[in-house]
Amino acid sequence: MIAEKTEILLPSKLESVDKAAAEAARIATRSGLDESELFCVDMAVREAVANAIKHGNKLDESQKVELTFGHSPESFEITVRDFGGGFAVDDVADCTAEENLLKASGRGIHFMRSFMDEVEWSNPPGGGTMVKMVKNVKFRLIIL
Amino acid sequence: MGELSMTERQAGDVTILDLNGKITIGEGSVALRNAVRRLLGEGKKNILLNLAGVGYLDSSGIGELVSSFTAVNKEQGQLKLLNLTQKIQDLLAITKLLTVFDCYDSEAEALSKY
Repeated sequence: MIAEKTEILLPSKLESVDKAAAEAARIATRSGLDESELFCVDMAVREAVANAIKHGNKLDESQKVELTFGHSPESFEITVRDFGGGFAVDDVADCTAEENLLKASGRGIHFMRSFMDEVEWSNPPGGGTMVKMVKNVKFRLIIL
Repeated sequence: MGELSMTERQAGDVTILDLNGKITIGEGSVALRNAVRRLLGEGKKNILLNLAGVGYLDSSGIGELVSSFTAVNKEQGQLKLLNLTQKIQDLLAITKLLTVFDCYDSEAEALSKY
């Protein structure tokens, strides 16, 4: 169960990628994620927000990107939502297939799946695309 | 401050770009693209990218490395990578690009392969 949740809204410009990553790092650090988990969250948030800005909202600065961060003792959960026309994730080609290795784009979704334990896309009411990403947090024994 | 800075050196017919900063969506990727296109325009087709100072690369930055690689190959040149950090090696492994790029830890060895 998610114990605490934070929401932020960012404009659809590339500078928002750094802002989203900084906010994710702040909350994930406070939630006790270790260095390796922080790196994974950082990569996934950057890719998800970049996708939302470029492919979801088509760089339209009047459109927002909505992020939520939630954590429990077992997991760290992030949602990233755009308000664009939506897309079919199954249509994105496998960037690791031999014929796609030399393509210039299409690796962001692969990174999100590689660095997070759960990644799922949905089309929420009101439009746009939302991706929910979960990082399972390693159990740590704390000796007081 | 820009995300990526670079200095250029010449070793015989190989141009070495020492990169510092981040190659990420936006400025960092564009700076690398412009530098490689400029070198190709000047007829410098053998390029060694020294990534020792690059602490961060996202999917857009990796896409730019791939674009640079294909642009150089198209001109019958060679683009190789030098001094990858462990994290960047991991990212190239995840995307199966370690099999595409020639990567070296030693500048002398990299230069001997052109």
